[in-house]
Amino acid sequence: MVRRRTALIGTGALAAVVAVTGTAVAVSRSGPAVHEQMLRVPVGAEPSGAAVSLDATLYTPDSRTPAPAVLLAHGFGGSKYELDSDARDLARRGYVVLTYTARGFGVSGGDIHLDAPGYEIADARRMVDLLADRPEVLKDGQGDPRVGVAGGSYGGALTLLLAATDPRVDAIAPQITWNDLRQALFPQFAVAGAAGPPASPAALTPADGPGVFKRMWAGVFFSPSGSPAVAGLSGSVGPTGSAATVSGTPVPAVDRSGGVTGSAARGSGETGPAIDRSGNSTASGATGSGLGATGPASCGRFAPDVCAAYQQVATTGRPTPQILDLLWQSSPARLIDRIHAPTLLAQGEADSLFPLSEGDANARGIAANGTPVKVVWEGGGHDGGLDETDRLRSLTLAWFDHYLKRDGTPVDTRFEVTVPSAALSAQDTRPAAVVRAAPGEPGVSSPGPVPTTTLPLTGRPQVISAPAGGSPAAVTSLPGVGAQLSALSRSGAGLGLSAMPGQVATFQTASLGTGLGVVGSSRVTLHVAASAPDATLFVQLYDVAADGSAVLPMALVSPVHLDGLTPAGRDVTVTLPAVVRDVAAGHRLRLAVSTTDQAYALPADPRTYRISLADDPALTVPLVATTTLAGGGLSDLLPWALGLLGLVLAVGAGAAVAGRRRQRADAPEPELAEFPLVIRGLGKAYGDGFRAVSDLSLTVRPGWVLGLLGPNGAGKTTTLRMAMGLIRPSEGEIRVFGHRVTPGAAVLSRVGSFVEGPGFLPHVSGLENLRLFWAATGRPAGQAHLEEALEVAGLGEDVHRRVKTYSQGMRQRLAIAQAMLGLPDLLLLDEPTNGLDPPQIREMRDVLARYAATGRTVVVSSHLLAEVEQTCSHVVVMHGGRLVAQGPVAELVGAATSLVVDVDDPVRAADVAGKLPGARQVEITGTGLVLQLVGTPRSQLVRALVEAGLQVDRVAPRHGLEEAFLALVGQEG
Amino acid sequence: MPTRGSHEGLEHAAGPSAEHGPDGSAAGYRWSATLGLGVEIRRQLTRRRTQLTLGFLVVLPFLLVAAFELGSDSSHGRAPGLVDLATSGAANFTLFTVFAATGFLLVVVFALFAGDTVASEASWSSLRYLLAAPVPRGRLLRQKLVVALGFSLFGLVLLPAVAYLAGGLFFGWAPARTPLGGTMPNGQALVRLLIIVGYLALALLFVSALAFLLGVWTDAPLGAVGGAVLLVIVSNILDAVTALGDWRTVLPTHYSYAWTDALAPAISWDQMARGVLLSATYTTVLLALAWWHFLRKDVVS
Repeated sequence: MVRRRTALIGTGALAAVVAVTGTAVAVSRSGPAVHEQMLRVPVGAEPSGAAVSLDATLYTPDSRTPAPAVLLAHGFGGSKYELDSDARDLARRGYVVLTYTARGFGVSGGDIHLDAPGYEIADARRMVDLLADRPEVLKDGQGDPRVGVAGGSYGGALTLLLAATDPRVDAIAPQITWNDLRQALFPQFAVAGAAGPPASPAALTPADGPGVFKRMWAGVFFSPSGSPAVAGLSGSVGPTGSAATVSGTPVPAVDRSGGVTGSAARGSGETGPAIDRSGNSTASGATGSGLGATGPASCGRFAPDVCAAYQQVATTGRPTPQILDLLWQSSPARLIDRIHAPTLLAQGEADSLFPLSEGDANARGIAANGTPVKVVWEGGGHDGGLDETDRLRSLTLAWFDHYLKRDGTPVDTRFEVTVPSAALSAQDTRPAAVVRAAPGEPGVSSPGPVPTTTLPLTGRPQVISAPAGGSPAAVTSLPGVGAQLSALSRSGAGLGLSAMPGQVATFQTASLGTGLGVVGSSRVTLHVAASAPDATLFVQLYDVAADGSAVLPMALVSPVHLDGLTPAGRDVTVTLPAVVRDVAAGHRLRLAVSTTDQAYALPADPRTYRISLADDPALTVPLVATTTLAGGGLSDLLPWALGLLGLVLAVGAGAAVAGRRRQRADAPEPELAEFPLVIRGLGKAYGDGFRAVSDLSLTVRPGWVLGLLGPNGAGKTTTLRMAMGLIRPSEGEIRVFGHRVTPGAAVLSRVGSFVEGPGFLPHVSGLENLRLFWAATGRPAGQAHLEEALEVAGLGEDVHRRVKTYSQGMRQRLAIAQAMLGLPDLLLLDEPTNGLDPPQIREMRDVLARYAATGRTVVVSSHLLAEVEQTCSHVVVMHGGRLVAQGPVAELVGAATSLVVDVDDPVRAADVAGKLPGARQVEITGTGLVLQLVGTPRSQLVRALVEAGLQVDRVAPRHGLEEAFLALVGQEG
Repeated sequence: MPTRGSHEGLEHAAGPSAEHGPDGSAAGYRWSATLGLGVEIRRQLTRRRTQLTLGFLVVLPFLLVAAFELGSDSSHGRAPGLVDLATSGAANFTLFTVFAATGFLLVVVFALFAGDTVASEASWSSLRYLLAAPVPRGRLLRQKLVVALGFSLFGLVLLPAVAYLAGGLFFGWAPARTPLGGTMPNGQALVRLLIIVGYLALALLFVSALAFLLGVWTDAPLGAVGGAVLLVIVSNILDAVTALGDWRTVLPTHYSYAWTDALAPAISWDQMARGVLLSATYTTVLLALAWWHFLRKDVVS
């Protein structure tokens, strides 16, 4: 509910045509600001001569004026305030919007004349005059504003009648309104003459004579508006303080007052109060003026003629010529051939007050003038149903944008229907509605006739009775809650009152072979004989599931009033309520003819009727081919599907090209085929800039055990990883037996590796791990040499335990065994003795020596000098990612023989030693000297020192490789 | 317990074979034979993770049966959903089980199998030995993805299959009832269930692709699986923001429940087709990224 900030009502400015009484500028949360101006518009006087002025608000957009205008009309019992959010929305989108409270409602003056041409319609033309005088409004000519009109229900009929009587109107969007108010309040669904093909899906050409008085709806429609409470119940609170009359919280429907006109009118003006009324009609009857009372006082704000005519009908249940004429005056049907403004017509499927047949008649009548018409059957209506406010709002906006702004936006003229329970909601899998569309409504916006199918009906003649006083009566719908009632009956919790025993004749179709998409009114011809000259019947069409549960779609019934019946009876063709429904295969349709319905005036005297099927017992069912709107169809997807296919092909082709290019670059070098490992100019810089290896070149020959020696971080592991194809070199290359190593290169199948610790599936045994690993290579099990590998691992029975239970050393040995599976020609081992105890280390040394002795090659990295010295035939010393020395271990050790000399005076000793020929790199340590002696015997050094009077404690060769290593590393550092 | 190995066996080992393939491969090595599907299935099937996941999918329907047996129906006055019809028979129970599993459980299953497969090898350090075996990287991804998808699909079929049996045992074999008011004979219901499972398999493919990509990117299995599930949840949350309008239709989970269209009397394929195309598009891009990254990656784990 929109609660307006209070604006003072000016009183002294009536001399002007328009009195500006207060101006408020509302800044919207999003989009441009909207200027709002409260107006008091003088209009024609009442028959009594009392002057009337109407409460109006003009909304102007911030910019872009002059702009097209939209006139919004509210629903019955409402006021301009329920239109506020729609008006703002339209104004934000560049329209000048005028809303006003109709005569007889809110704080506008005057009485209710039911959209009478001389009053409400004249008032609306006055509003168009007002727009014609405003400079903000775009003009098509002198005094001719570019204007669209929209409104729902009471406002919808006003929209139609205004468009028929004022040629200045350029586009209209009436919603859920009537075509012929006589047919709406005295519905007659018996068709004149024989049943031809229907002109349009919900076409209904009633037989002569008024039908059955829609007692309950009429009561809701007419009686409450006179009571003071209604202004409050209308869903909007006027500035005059009628808020005081609103007690409690607003009915939920009031919240929907935002809908572009139609739904607003329905929601707040009529449905809301209707629900409320049905709950406490006695209370308001007591406080207000009862229907039985006479005189103007009891009519509230109804004009006296309207009030009197209604009261007479309400008493007798049959229409008088006066009321029929009065209703005809207010019916768009009377002037439908004069409407030339393009029309967006929405009618509600959940509407027992103004059913789809009313909208269908309007649409057909307007389309017959050659006027563009778009028909929307929405899921809501006066009975509630679905809230499609947002959708209707955007449809209305698109319609006006096309026909008022004329901005070139194409307009969608498809016939849209909302199919309830056509899909499952993704949230909770309960039935959900689906909007479907056809290119046009057959017989309206696209050529007829309506496609139909006929379903044979079966059922013997049945005699049914109408009880005296019309009670007990079936309850199919309650005004405003019909659809909810239907939902109740479907869920099995229904009242079971829609068919009273003895009052209903039923006929059924066979079980449907295929599902039917019913859109519109089915028809059937019955033979009716009666114990009285007239008959009042209610014909219904149920959807019966295979398990026998029956649903009356939207709780709609077709009232039929027949006159001049004889005991022999006659054939009567009945149009059933227009519905949109997917009837599933396996279901049946059941025709029910009831003698009572408590929403209608019933004959007071008891009678019996004999109902039977006509000679051609068939049900004609309208089927309009529609496609799901939101689904978007499948043809739209073709470009997407093709695009995706293209993407897949492009990705595949790209991968293939890249693969081939790699292969070409990797041609083998046969001259290197005998060399297990050749590294040339190798370098690796990681992504973070760290250089692990630089300019490394080395060649390994078969039978070598090559030690890769260096401190931690020397680049040994990185080099081995590159040799395994795990890391891509930044520069240079690695060749194994002449084949370049790339990730996954086939030549790696001749390489066994162990790098940076073991890697096993922790949940399987050691043995199974080796088997799985070998299986992953895809090579024959016979080549695995599993026995030898297991022997190397030396795990005994533990190979059957899960690896996660192993100690570090066990995993280590298992990993080396895995590296040896298949006895690869080149074995790469990274720190293989880490975590092994001395006996195991020794064994490992033997294993590697034995392995190399078979003619295979081993590369071992280590940071332990002793190990390399004892294990390896050749050594490569690395430091800081570079190669600092390489050669046979013996050579490297021999080339760098250093002596450690412990003496009592190192400084003097250094001086003495330094004078010896061949003495190099003499260094003073804490306890003596370190020096290299080349070509001079050690005895000569000792003698020289002793002769110099120095005390020599010890002369010993320093550990060769360590010396070399430290020397090399020291140079580097 | 022996504490040291022995090299006796090596004494008798022959010298290196002179037989090599033109690509330098050892005798008997063919890249196309590496990491066979059977081997990969054995690697995965022995894992607790796989056994627990599949076991849970078997147990879940029985948990639901117990829940329905304990609880009382309180759906009066509303149009029924699948949950209200769940106890009406095997087919309905199955449909409800699938509905209940669609949003999260199946996502987790798909993410788990695809996200964990490469990442866990990396975390065990076994990945580098497979790659050095050598299993070519593209081949490794392909075999692992195929097996992961196979397990996911097996789980996806297992759940409704068990649910159907459990539902039949406890609630009878009545024909399926849909919330739209129709009934389907069991044969038709089974066909529809197949369509639903097929759709879900395709619609959830993107979850696998996403988890797979993350699993290739990270060495933490939990990060890959959790990351994929997290992103799916984010997508679901964004999908709930109606203000996003049409943007929501590019969210990968937007059509998660489109399979409910298969329960209408006449199946509407519009949403499902979009769901499949969307999933396929995401899958293509994500898998291409996974391959692109893994083929270039420095394996340092």
